[in-house]
Amino acid sequence: MSSYQGTKINPTKFDKSQLKFYFILMPLAVFMLLPIIYIFSTAFKPLNELFAYPPRFFVRRPTMDNFKDIIGFMSQSGVPFSRYVINSLVSSVLVVIISVLICVSAGYVLSKKKFRGKKTLFAINTVSLMFVPAAVKIPRYLLIEKAGLLNNFLMLVLPLVAMPVGLFLVKQFIDQIPDSLIEAAKIDGANEYVILWKIVVPMVMPALMTVAILAFQNSWNTPEPSTLYINDDTLKTFAFYMSALTSQTGNTVAGQGMSAAAALILFVPNLVIFIMMQNKVLNTMAYSGIK
Amino acid sequence: MKRKSDSSIYVMLGPYIILFLFFIALPVLLAIILSFTYFNTVQTPKFTGLSNYISILTQDDVFMKNVLPNTIKFSLIVGPFGYVLQFLLAWVLAQIPKKPRTIFALIFYSPSMTIGVTMVVMWKVIFSGDQFGYLNYIFLNLGLIDKPVQWLQSPQYIMPIMIIVSLWSSMGIGFLAMLAGVLNIDPELYEAGYIDGIKNRFQEIVYITIPSMKPQMLFGAVMAIVNAFSTGQIGVDLTGANPTPQNAGQTMVNHIEDYGFLRYDMGYAAALSVILLLMIYVVSQIANKLFVEKD
Repeated sequence: MSSYQGTKINPTKFDKSQLKFYFILMPLAVFMLLPIIYIFSTAFKPLNELFAYPPRFFVRRPTMDNFKDIIGFMSQSGVPFSRYVINSLVSSVLVVIISVLICVSAGYVLSKKKFRGKKTLFAINTVSLMFVPAAVKIPRYLLIEKAGLLNNFLMLVLPLVAMPVGLFLVKQFIDQIPDSLIEAAKIDGANEYVILWKIVVPMVMPALMTVAILAFQNSWNTPEPSTLYINDDTLKTFAFYMSALTSQTGNTVAGQGMSAAAALILFVPNLVIFIMMQNKVLNTMAYSGIK
Repeated sequence: MKRKSDSSIYVMLGPYIILFLFFIALPVLLAIILSFTYFNTVQTPKFTGLSNYISILTQDDVFMKNVLPNTIKFSLIVGPFGYVLQFLLAWVLAQIPKKPRTIFALIFYSPSMTIGVTMVVMWKVIFSGDQFGYLNYIFLNLGLIDKPVQWLQSPQYIMPIMIIVSLWSSMGIGFLAMLAGVLNIDPELYEAGYIDGIKNRFQEIVYITIPSMKPQMLFGAVMAIVNAFSTGQIGVDLTGANPTPQNAGQTMVNHIEDYGFLRYDMGYAAALSVILLLMIYVVSQIANKLFVEKD
């Protein structure tokens, strides 16, 4: 044992030799975390603390005023606050469900079925990991306009559901399922859909959780579909109104509190979902390699 | 029996392919076609050959003087530096036990969940141009400056600020992939390596860790490249203006928006998009050469 002095990757308990790593991690963690703590702190600051000079980092007497102001700001536009929240919830849930379903079924076919062009399809998908949204935004808008789909609620959903990175991760994960398992199910008389639903889906749950998280972030955080494809205020999402509010009031000191509260409301669901699923996500990532 | 399983291929693959074609593949194709036209969204597109590309390369002063150098500078720093940082952090995290590792990983990952207009507000306060800005307050107190600096509106500061903010939020899915990659390496490989004469941690990383996780390294690299080229728009978010003051923070993505959605010169914007995609593709190919095992 003493001859092997190598690294203990994934150690089970604390050891003095790990201290140096904590010395690296601590300051970085503080740098990464400060802006987020600041958002939490500012969101609960009353007006006089926002105006205080010298500026204080932490809130002293927390209030909910900023959150009330957001609701008030929204009702000025004539569309109730709840409307945006519902639009966001409905569209995000739809994005999550549809993208998970189409990724797992397409991933299964690309991983386990034999047909011509399979490799090419997956290669195209891998190349499209590089299609940055900014580059496809304009032609995508033109296509949607020509197809007469502007101002259609579905445009908050459908443009986001085909996620190349999602299909990529799920397919890599399904590759790990032994073919013999699927063959055995076939001999027992299960059809393809039963195999997908009863065998593949339970086994690749971690990958599906990851896709769900990514899909949720894509939909919940981005105001873009509302900005570009929707004109009707009653169809727009929460992210859109948060960004509108931020750009209108963010430059005033009073607006900072509201903006921080808005950022907090947008951020917290992401955080909660990620914390709940982080174990599964890391599990998926082990299979994320491009081969 | 055979036929039946064939139809299931279409049913299962169909929805993804249709949506992928309409919202991803067709737009890219359309961008390529439009890039050879003049199109102002009102009249039908007029074929103009290579003239958009020629104008970009010969007449677009902003592109040559600001956008291209800014994009290259921004991506060259944010891409490789962010990538190395991701790997090193993943490696360091793998050296500590699970509980603290999970907490640190969560802390490093959270900023990548926040990218967007709303989080920019907070950076705006830190870099605010009056004495309420944290940076100004601290620097004034330390006596480093004698009056508040307009950080975000100053051409010489905007680029470094953009780089800091982007690096802050760059520990995303690529970082998680590399963390999982390091953790999944078979410990026996290390033992064997030490028997074969590896002497220190550095050699261990070079000869065992990186070669054992090449697939994750490549995935991380692609994600880092995409991130480096697409987060350049943060300059516009931070300054609140497109173009950014004196074009100091202008990158490809802003230039595309400027021509597409502000000037409605869609053909020109499409040509810029094609150039951006080509840039990403070329860089990714280089990454591919570095990490893909030749077999």
